[in-house]
Amino acid sequence: MNLTLTEKFYRSFYKIRRVEEEIIRIYPTDKIKSPVHLSIGQEAVSVGVCQALSSQDVVFGSYRGHAMYLAKGADLKKMIAELYGKKTGCAKGKGGSMHLSAVEKGVMVTSAIVGTTIPVSVGYAYGLKLKKLSACAVSFFGDGAVDEGVFHESMNFAALKKLPILFICENNRYAIHSHQLKRQRYDNIWERVKGYGIFSERIEDGDVFKIYDFAKKYIAKIRKKECGPIFLECLTCRWKEHVGPNDDFHLGYRSKEEVDIWKKKDELIRLRSLLSSKKAERIEKEVEGEVEKAFAYAEKSEFPGEEELLTDLFFEKKQ
Amino acid sequence: MKRILSYPEAIREAIECEMARDASVVVIGQGVDDPKAILGTTKGLVERFGPERVFDTPLSEDGMTGVALGLALAGLRPIHTHIRMDFILLAMNQIVNMAAKMRYMSGGKVRVSMVIRATIGKSWGQGAQHSQSLYPMLMNIPGLKIVAPATPYDAKGCMIEAVEDHNTVLFIEHRSLYYQKGPVPQGRYRTHFGKARILSKGGDITLIGISQMAIECLRAKKYLEEIGVNAEVIDLVSLSSLDMETIESSIKKTKKVVVVDNAWMPCAAGAEIISRLVEKGLLEGVAAQRMGFSFVPCPTTPSLEKYFYPDAKKIALKAANMIFPHRKGWKPKTEIKIEEIEFKGPF
Ligand SMILES: Cc1ncc(C[n+]2csc(CCOP(=O)(O)OP(=O)(O)O)c2C)c(N)n1
Ligand SMILES: [Mg+2]
Repeated sequence: MNLTLTEKFYRSFYKIRRVEEEIIRIYPTDKIKSPVHLSIGQEAVSVGVCQALSSQDVVFGSYRGHAMYLAKGADLKKMIAELYGKKTGCAKGKGGSMHLSAVEKGVMVTSAIVGTTIPVSVGYAYGLKLKKLSACAVSFFGDGAVDEGVFHESMNFAALKKLPILFICENNRYAIHSHQLKRQRYDNIWERVKGYGIFSERIEDGDVFKIYDFAKKYIAKIRKKECGPIFLECLTCRWKEHVGPNDDFHLGYRSKEEVDIWKKKDELIRLRSLLSSKKAERIEKEVEGEVEKAFAYAEKSEFPGEEELLTDLFFEKKQ
Repeated sequence: MKRILSYPEAIREAIECEMARDASVVVIGQGVDDPKAILGTTKGLVERFGPERVFDTPLSEDGMTGVALGLALAGLRPIHTHIRMDFILLAMNQIVNMAAKMRYMSGGKVRVSMVIRATIGKSWGQGAQHSQSLYPMLMNIPGLKIVAPATPYDAKGCMIEAVEDHNTVLFIEHRSLYYQKGPVPQGRYRTHFGKARILSKGGDITLIGISQMAIECLRAKKYLEEIGVNAEVIDLVSLSSLDMETIESSIKKTKKVVVVDNAWMPCAAGAEIISRLVEKGLLEGVAAQRMGFSFVPCPTTPSLEKYFYPDAKKIALKAANMIFPHRKGWKPKTEIKIEEIEFKGPF
């Protein structure tokens, strides 16, 4: 195993985890002016996939986008400032946690309407193909998005046109409080997708290396035009409530044991055990510094003023 | 002692009352049977009426609206819930192309008794895609009935009327109204569609509010009392058949009107009401103004959101400027919290 790769994984993973933990810590102060759909527990998917991408590749995601945004290398300071509703945020405070973006890093769109970025990523992939670029589009969404008609329309079209796209379904089993099997007849998203003519697999244990290996292998094939769209379903677990920083076992829609199974096999701990403590500590120290700086930056930054309210509605030609 | 219920309790009571009365009433939608029970509005329904009549749906707004329409054609009375109004955009095809036109296209043969509940979001960083108030779009569609009650009393009365109606009714709620409490009588009663509610009588200016803006108008009235202005506050309630009679008799008295939309202003209720008044020649000597959202998507940060929405102070200022055009510089001294403003009747 390539140790530098493990280091990179650990760095990315640790950063996401620490950012989410800090958000959880700070949230009760009301400084974060945005509902937060935390990625904590689901980091392995974004880390595994994004480590396999190049800077030209473009990702699309949902309101649960903290991990994807960070794993793709987008700016942490701008993310925290965005959550604080500050002018220095990645969307000047106009988007918030649900609408993170960093076009310069290939984080194109995230949306708070379930399933809406799936066809958009397919269109983007068509664009890449038409322009004969070797970049790849990657579409992240949840198991709930698979309920939507547009998911199926998008699979059909992507397969039909053999588009350069990787679909990543983060199946955490729930859409808010509704279990997958309350909404879908079978637990076989990945198999159903094959029917559209898309190569598809499922990774059930959240192993970040397996996710990475899969993404690496098929992104390379997509780039070489050896295959059309590829689908990966990753079973995973959201540690916290659907939206917000708390546990919600008191609601009774899922058990603590169910989540504890995942917490026990925390990939972060495994990654750390693969590193020497010296290396791990160096990474941790660096990341702690970054996280601290990002929150301080958000604190210090100013809120946008009234003059910002009406800007950014249309593209205006510069005189 | 008056019986006081909150807005969500009033909705729940109405739905329960209708389900108990009529076995054809079914409640469907994402999360209707979950622990939070659509903020309490569907609490206990699955326990009482069973999972065949109260069921969670997949995240398939378009499909499920068609399913609800099918249920209605089969003689059932579905109440289909959306926790944000933004999500009905995914169902627009079934609502606009199908439900609204079914009866007309069949030459009056079929009937579509279905209620679509949609909640408008606001604040706590709801942002561009969780705060839209799309009733102006729907007001433009023949074949839809639309109500947006602001008080618990009318929430219950409108829900009962909506379930009984033989047409597609869009029942528009507002997240901020869920904090409202007010008198709600036991048992069945209806708020007739097409009738506005005068929330408070006054003679100096007419403030017409839609949905939560009706409450902001009540709050504005309190501010205006500081400068001796007595505003009449009207909750429009029905958006598909506007109660022009109530509006006309109010402005005959006040000669001043502000319509506060809970939406963007172009082609919204304010535009429609004022146009109708113009057409009838009723605006001579009458000052008429509109208010509504700034014409951009809703920003997430509160530092911009506060400029985006009309609120009680802005409404009071607008009204003060219309009444005293030469007396500038007034600002309400007191601060009236939204929780302090509850409509207590009489009905
Ligand atoms: C079209 C649409 N319908 C409903 C909602 C309300 N909603 C927000 S998140 C969510 C659950 C989505 O579940 P899933 O796709 O599995 O993503 P997860 O939250 O588990 O990451 C729902 C129903 C929405 N935002 N958009
Ligand atoms: Mg899910």
